[in-house]
Amino acid sequence: MPELERHSFDVLVIGAGGAGLRAAIEAREHGLRTAVLCKSLFGKAHTVMAEGGIAAAMGNANESDNWQVHFRDTMRGGKFLNNWRMAELHAQEAPQRVWELETYGALFDRTKDGRISQRNFGGHEYPRLAHVGDRTGLELIRTLQQKIVSLQQDDFQEFGDYEERLRVFQEFTVTELVKDGERVAGAFGYWRESGRFVLFEAPAVILATGGIGKSFKVTSNSWEYTGDGHALAMRAGASLINMEFIQFHPTGMVWPPSVKGILVTESVRGDGGVLRNSDGKRFMFDYIPEVFKDKYADNEEEADRWYTDQANNRRPPELLPRDEVARAINSEVKAGRGSPHGGVFLDVSTRLPAEEIRRRLPSMHHQFKELADVDITAQPMEVGPTCHYVMGGVEVDPDTGSSSVPGLYAAGEVSGGMHGSNRLGGNSLSDLLVFGRRAGAGAAQYVRALGDRPVVAEQAVAEARATALKPFQHEGGENPYTLHMELQQSMNDLVGIIRRAGEMEEALQRLEKLEERARSLTVEGHQQFNPGWHLALDLRNMLLVSECVAKAALLRTESRGGHTRDDHPSMDSEWRRKLLVCTTSGEGVRVEEKPQIPIRPDLLDLFDRTELEKYLTAEELS
Amino acid sequence: MSYQGKFRVWRGDDSGGALEDFTVEVNEGEVVLDIIHRLQATQAPDLAVRWNCKAGKCGSCSAEINGRPGLLCMTRMSIFEESETITVTPMRTFPIIRDLVTDVSYNYTKAREIPSFAPPKDLAPGEYRMQQVDVERSQEFRKCIECFLCQNTCHVIRDHEENKEAFSGPRFLMRVAELEMHPLDTADRVDQAQDDHGLGYCNITKCCSEVCPEHIHITDNALIPMKERVADRKYDPIVWLGNKLFKRS
Ligand SMILES: Cc1cc2nc3c(=O)[nH]c(=O)nc-3n(C[C@H](O)[C@H](O)[C@H](O)COP(=O)(O)OP(=O)(O)OC[C@H]3O[C@@H](n4cnc5c(N)ncnc54)[C@H](O)[C@@H]3O)c2cc1C
Ligand code: SF4
Ligand code: SF4
Ligand code: FES
Repeated sequence: MPELERHSFDVLVIGAGGAGLRAAIEAREHGLRTAVLCKSLFGKAHTVMAEGGIAAAMGNANESDNWQVHFRDTMRGGKFLNNWRMAELHAQEAPQRVWELETYGALFDRTKDGRISQRNFGGHEYPRLAHVGDRTGLELIRTLQQKIVSLQQDDFQEFGDYEERLRVFQEFTVTELVKDGERVAGAFGYWRESGRFVLFEAPAVILATGGIGKSFKVTSNSWEYTGDGHALAMRAGASLINMEFIQFHPTGMVWPPSVKGILVTESVRGDGGVLRNSDGKRFMFDYIPEVFKDKYADNEEEADRWYTDQANNRRPPELLPRDEVARAINSEVKAGRGSPHGGVFLDVSTRLPAEEIRRRLPSMHHQFKELADVDITAQPMEVGPTCHYVMGGVEVDPDTGSSSVPGLYAAGEVSGGMHGSNRLGGNSLSDLLVFGRRAGAGAAQYVRALGDRPVVAEQAVAEARATALKPFQHEGGENPYTLHMELQQSMNDLVGIIRRAGEMEEALQRLEKLEERARSLTVEGHQQFNPGWHLALDLRNMLLVSECVAKAALLRTESRGGHTRDDHPSMDSEWRRKLLVCTTSGEGVRVEEKPQIPIRPDLLDLFDRTELEKYLTAEELS
Repeated sequence: MSYQGKFRVWRGDDSGGALEDFTVEVNEGEVVLDIIHRLQATQAPDLAVRWNCKAGKCGSCSAEINGRPGLLCMTRMSIFEESETITVTPMRTFPIIRDLVTDVSYNYTKAREIPSFAPPKDLAPGEYRMQQVDVERSQEFRKCIECFLCQNTCHVIRDHEENKEAFSGPRFLMRVAELEMHPLDTADRVDQAQDDHGLGYCNITKCCSEVCPEHIHITDNALIPMKERVADRKYDPIVWLGNKLFKRS
């Protein structure tokens, strides 16, 4: 056996998206030796794809905005299932986190008086999203990347070594967390390039691995989104919550097939784009749910006036929360009023001058022109729902990001609770910064207070290595690509945007069979940059996480946010008080109900009683 | 709609390799990356390729297609004849790791050598005020997705390993320009560009700008203005000081 490469750090951050980088900056600024691990190259994590913006109640575009309004919008968007403490911290701290990016060198679009410009987005009462055209994620990740570089330069000045206290290990995949008794002790994984194994010893590990979308066939997510962090946390003994809630973004590309699922940013609608069916009708007016009737316009004239006069008009229904819009599109297509390729029309060409479209939505313009031969300044786009974001994730302490396993932290899309049953657009990028920073600080405090350092057992390392090498041991087994495609098809068809008990039961049976087949996968070639092997290892995580999604979705007999049951179409206040918690003890997934902590009274007071009656039980209101 | 396309893909590692022939199904609307993925799924499961977003946003999938540097995920199959054999090779300027994957660490090294944004000391977070017209110049450069295609193309280093030490390449000279043109940056970047990053090696051929998938005017908007500032500096250092002060007010 070749000798194992070993490193030792104070804090290990798994993931180099917005959450991971912000966490690493924080841990390093607390003076701790910190490592960042990521599957792709530094600066290319999924966050780079975010388009629309970062939500923060800075009040630059409308002075009436403040954290309380943002908190209310977030809770409404999540249908009150949100962890209210997270929603509170998020709304309060997001402006600080955005302003701080400017001190790192970020250049947001500006208002006339030179402040950060803010745009409208679904579910946000005021224009709230700080943005850079439609490439906000790129700005965010580059800014954080450059901040990391700047901290490394400081260390170079001080110690003569860029990597003295902050080091990035890129194109590296973690396959297992290792523990010492109850506590986290480090992580095990391989260099994607060489296939060689590495052990990282660290008393604190922060998971910032993003989402799970690659388990679905039509998705806006990249190959990185195989739910690794979710699965790592579970196998280490932590719990996941809200896994039944998956956000299907209403507008993904539908044509040509090879780009199906690629995101069309919500900014198109925020900036005036409208949805039409094959009859040319703006159908969203027919889909305004009861709970939102007082906030959304029921006629085109009022909706159009809103863009220039928000004080006296209600919002256009195209800007309803994503779950509502996605379901509406789904219904229109089912009713035979879809576009030629099974979507609906999203049109901005008749709403804004061509020059304005090119300025405000440059990457959408580029994307449609290059990939679909569609000029969005002259033609409508064809769009349909695409799997976009997982609300569920590691159950964490809101203030520190700590999971139930000592030393294990989570932040960003891999954590759960903040967004309840549905995330508002723009609330993820702000979530990454707010809770990335908090997890970094939480981990730093934990390490500082630690008496003895955990020790990694050699047995655990040997096991992790054996598991990782298993796909090379079998001959004549199945190809991981085949299994992956079957998994994606099953999740898409049976646990997708509209769910039924029978179908989810079938999904669970199929998952069980897939898991069996996955045990004897065969991978060709060797360990050096071998995508077949990588996929075989990722599949293990996808299967575990998919089982959580399907099991939790089957148990929750109501419809709420990113969980729509055909057989239980209404929202049930009793269910709002319950979380579904997923754990594993090796074989299979266990899902249990757990009561929600009641919302703090002063936060409840931010809402009208009539509104609360829509969500809370009579008992809670008394 | 679909047809059997002919492909030649470079396979090998740092010890050598060769072009390998494949015949693969091609469907309507596909891009070259789709074909590479189909190859992985059906014929060559261990074919190494770097990619991530498949939407032209992350800059991972850079390669050379029929010798032309480009993004695999943004190169549509429809631009080729059905009968054409399409050759896919890794970027030439960087060392090979395996197949289409190259070692791009040169770029990360160069990035680290550029002194970071130097924020104004007298402004607290939230107090920054900048006009849109003033941020637009640097914003253009911040559209960069770090695909490193410009670096791969620039003749100063494409076949001249020996220049890599002294020359940071268009991507990173542009980064220096970006900071220089940032309305609130307080550092002097002009001498750095010339002395530390080899701006003098650039003879404004614009090859870098031609391959940039983000259509950034690297040469016209970043490199030439920086060269002008360097030239001005030679005659009159006061010009720089005046410029900086003027910008801040
Ligand atoms: C197309 C698109 C547009 C979006 N637009 C917006 C928007 O406008 N506003 C908004 O708020 N949100 C938006 N979102 C959502 C938002 O971008 C994501 O939720 C967010 O970026 C997730 O960030 P993260 O830091 O949690 O993880 P990511 O940025 O996804 O990073 C995950 C990191 O973990 C690493 N990793 C994963 N597994 C492993 C492993 N096993 N070993 C080592 N490393 C690992 C990855 O390599 C990566 O570096 C958008 C999402 C998409 C897909
Ligand atoms: S313009 Fe300068 S940097 Fe660009 S390719 Fe030519 S020599 Fe290289
Ligand atoms: S400037 Fe253009 S070509 Fe060069 S790395 Fe950036 S995006 Fe790529
Ligand atoms: S895969 Fe991201 S640019 Fe091609």
